Amino acid sequence: MTATHANTTANDEPAAFYLKEAHHPEESTMLGFWIYIMSDCLIFAVLFATYGVLGRSYAAGPSPADLFELSTVAINTTMLLLSSITYGFAMLSMEKNNTRSTLLWLGITGLFGVAFVALELNEFYHLILEGAGPQRSAFLSAFFTLVGTHGLHVTCGIIWLVTLMVQVGKRGLIHENKRRLMCLSMFWHFLDVVWIGVFSFVYLMGVLG
Amino acid sequence: MFSNPDLLKFIFGRLTLDSIPYHEPILIVTFIAVAIGGGAVLGLLTYFRLWGYLWNEWFTSIDHKKIGIMYMVLAIIMLLRGFSDALLMRMQQAMAFNGNEGYLPPHHYDQIFTAHGVIMIFFVAMPLVTGLMNFAVPLQIGARDVSFPFLNNFSFWMTTAGSMLIMISLFIGEFARTGWLAYPPLSESAYSPDVGVDYYIWGLQIAGIGTLLSGVNLIATIVKMRAPGMTMMKMPIFTWTALCTNVLIVAAFPVLTAVLALLTLDRYAGTNFFTNDLGGNPMMYVNLIWIWGHPEVYILILPAFGVFSEVVSTFSSKRLFGYASMVYATVVITILSYLVWLHHFFTMGSGASVNSFFGITTMIISIPTGAKIFNWLFTMYRGRIRFEVPMLWAMGFMVTFVIGGMTGVMLAVPPADFVLHNSLFLIAHFHNVIIGGVVFGAFAGINYWFPKAFGFKLDPFWGKMSFWFWLVGFYFAFMPLYILGLMGVTRRLSQFEDPSLQIYFVIAAFGAGLIAIGIASFLMQIFVSIKNRHALADVTGDPWGGRTLEWSTSSPPPSYNFALTPIVYDHDSWWDMKNRGHIRPTDGFLPIHMPKSTGTGVILGILSIIFGFGMVWHIWWMAALGFVAMLVVTIVHTFNYNRDFYIPVEEVIRTENARTKILAEQVQ
Amino acid sequence: MSSNAHTSDTKVDDHGHASHDHGGHDHGGHGHGGHEAAHGTFNSYMTGFVLSVILTVIPFWLVMGKVIESPVTTAGIVMALGAVQIVVHMVYFLHMNTKSEGGWNALALTFTVVIVVITLSGSLWVMHNLNANMMPMSPEMMRNMP
Repeated sequence: MTATHANTTANDEPAAFYLKEAHHPEESTMLGFWIYIMSDCLIFAVLFATYGVLGRSYAAGPSPADLFELSTVAINTTMLLLSSITYGFAMLSMEKNNTRSTLLWLGITGLFGVAFVALELNEFYHLILEGAGPQRSAFLSAFFTLVGTHGLHVTCGIIWLVTLMVQVGKRGLIHENKRRLMCLSMFWHFLDVVWIGVFSFVYLMGVLG
Repeated sequence: MFSNPDLLKFIFGRLTLDSIPYHEPILIVTFIAVAIGGGAVLGLLTYFRLWGYLWNEWFTSIDHKKIGIMYMVLAIIMLLRGFSDALLMRMQQAMAFNGNEGYLPPHHYDQIFTAHGVIMIFFVAMPLVTGLMNFAVPLQIGARDVSFPFLNNFSFWMTTAGSMLIMISLFIGEFARTGWLAYPPLSESAYSPDVGVDYYIWGLQIAGIGTLLSGVNLIATIVKMRAPGMTMMKMPIFTWTALCTNVLIVAAFPVLTAVLALLTLDRYAGTNFFTNDLGGNPMMYVNLIWIWGHPEVYILILPAFGVFSEVVSTFSSKRLFGYASMVYATVVITILSYLVWLHHFFTMGSGASVNSFFGITTMIISIPTGAKIFNWLFTMYRGRIRFEVPMLWAMGFMVTFVIGGMTGVMLAVPPADFVLHNSLFLIAHFHNVIIGGVVFGAFAGINYWFPKAFGFKLDPFWGKMSFWFWLVGFYFAFMPLYILGLMGVTRRLSQFEDPSLQIYFVIAAFGAGLIAIGIASFLMQIFVSIKNRHALADVTGDPWGGRTLEWSTSSPPPSYNFALTPIVYDHDSWWDMKNRGHIRPTDGFLPIHMPKSTGTGVILGILSIIFGFGMVWHIWWMAALGFVAMLVVTIVHTFNYNRDFYIPVEEVIRTENARTKILAEQVQ
Repeated sequence: MSSNAHTSDTKVDDHGHASHDHGGHDHGGHGHGGHEAAHGTFNSYMTGFVLSVILTVIPFWLVMGKVIESPVTTAGIVMALGAVQIVVHMVYFLHMNTKSEGGWNALALTFTVVIVVITLSGSLWVMHNLNANMMPMSPEMMRNMP
């Protein structure tokens, strides 16, 4: 697992001590961002653990079976999954250096993301109206925090996506912007991975009781 | 209009004139001292017209060396604050017998022990190790800077912003009275409705962002930016410990972030994670916070171990014994540190199965550390030992840390812990390992790398004074606490009934006094060294006969570190180069690609203080503005694509030629 | 040590390429081996998408349609399919493989998974153990503690 490409100087001389040409270390951004994603994974792990421990503390209040509407969750899941594939198409367009197509697919991704967040906010709103807000019980605190944190991440992703669309629109698919799009790609797909955990562990298992 | 209470509440939140502690004489005196001292510093800076210099050369710098130095400066300033808290406590505990209530009412005392812990861990120990790693690692791996230089600057300012919030709590409002980990239910709004816990939360969350990003930064740096030929097993051992430390940071700090966020939601949004009713479970907080807390102490100690490896090897003039086993031991410690956390709460309700599992894992984790001690001893054996100041700190560490480790193994036995948990025995144990390990390691590292950073050594006489007063003072201050703990004395008490205990507390206070002299000697050491910097100058760049790459540069190194990137063949790379008849290149230089300085980090730091202050005092408009401003500044920053420049080759040639000249004069 | 504000202008291309363009023109030719960021193809994205759809529809159907008698079995299948879908996402969307970034991505992921498993299982075990060993209290009892 060497870090650097073997750019050493000629081997027929006695050992050289210094590189003759400029040293270009490999770009760190993709690895660095991946490590950040791993740390974000751990934040979600804590929230999942909290939900796991407190998720049955209903405090004589409503339980998941009482509250969750799986059809809404199914639609939400579809929105997010579609947004993942459209982001994939954006990346394919980026590889081909097709700015217009990239922006188009990014925009569609953003719309799916907005739909997801809107549906989720709507769900939260109705729960709160029913008296099943985050203050009602530890289960609901954990639910709102876990699902809400995910939604907050998606929202940040949308803000980032819009910013990148502006930047790509202004400067085109230069190396910098491609790198940023790849980072956002990791972020976006990671959020879909977390959502798999959410819909499986929180919603589906919740309804199963 | 101005007496309209709703309007006042909107503008000021829950901040009122009563939030300023007029009635606390100690605080008033402190404030006056800080105001005079701070005013003097600010005045001098203005008089000597240094603001431009500070801004351009230091605050906006993305140079890892400067950022590392700034971390150390922050740590030392906060050390003075944290140690003052210690002195206050020692004085109180030494006198509060026979009905004498001492001079610190419990309300105040509780804030002091909380602040002492928070400051020492988060704003002294963390910046010390982060500063050392930031300074040394890129130099050790033959790189020009870290992977993400701007992020590095940002991380520093977030840490500073967090510490500023804690300092503000001294004069506006009050601090938490919960102990440094703020367990619920005491830290919930029902039992701590005032601002103290909120200062705690936001100070740590803001600093935590800095730490986490620093972790990402250094991992990427070590993985990606090593000089050609430096495989993982040829890295300096300090770089290995830095890598493992930063892995721990990335894997542990998110847990702290999440837990504090849950506590925040309980306090601000009325959720029920850790409340007593509506389904909450306070033990979940304890569980989660220690999942962070145990790796945290390894984050503190691993860099110290790295420093000692470098110091012992250098000053024994011998290669480190058992390099590979040191690496494996470090990696094993990294992984095992996630399997022991429950030993911090054996007594809080878990059954035998859980307690025995974690007791065993805790005992196992002491083994790799023991292996390291043996490796250091074997390194010294048959070496040509030079008793320079860093080596003294290393030797003091070896004795002191081993004692602390042994008491740790005692505590690892659950039945013993049932007697000793939360007694002064525990206090003595962790101070034993933190002072003997982290603090001694920091002083060793400071004395070791100071000449590299500033171009002159630290004065050895005052260094030895500092060492001896710290060492002897530590034993006087903490050995009595072991005895008191075994006798059953609980921690965090401010008054005592049993007069036979007083003598121990008096001895401990005496020890604290000795440590105070040790700290004063350290400050003296810096002052004297600056005064005598020409006599103490490090001209060659290699004052100790070093073994790793940082010693191949000038002291201080140029901003670009290495004019040409070194090629590495073996570990102890610089030693290897010297042995192979290395000749320093005097031509063939190239323009060097460097990142630009930026003020964005400072601005974001200031905005985060505004945000934090607003959240603490429920000044919602301030918090919202601060948050939105941070978002906007960040986004605007990303629109700046023009973030680097090239140092022209003429400047490189000039810098290198100047060094060639100095080195040539040395030879004569 | 002053920073000369030289912008990185195009003159420096006698080096080859200026540093921050390194890898920028790699996307056509794939000569550089280990340090090129992995990316997908249309087929791989579609495969991943179809698999994800299937792996999503089945658990929803099982639960909403109450297809299997035993909730425990259903729960097991739901979690297992979720785990599989996570792997599908990792491979087809995140282009996870043991080669990218010289194996460091995979190492980081493995380490994170281990820590996540420890955090989840450890917390569940410890908290369950605590709850089982501690006397249950009503909220009134808690509030009236001495």
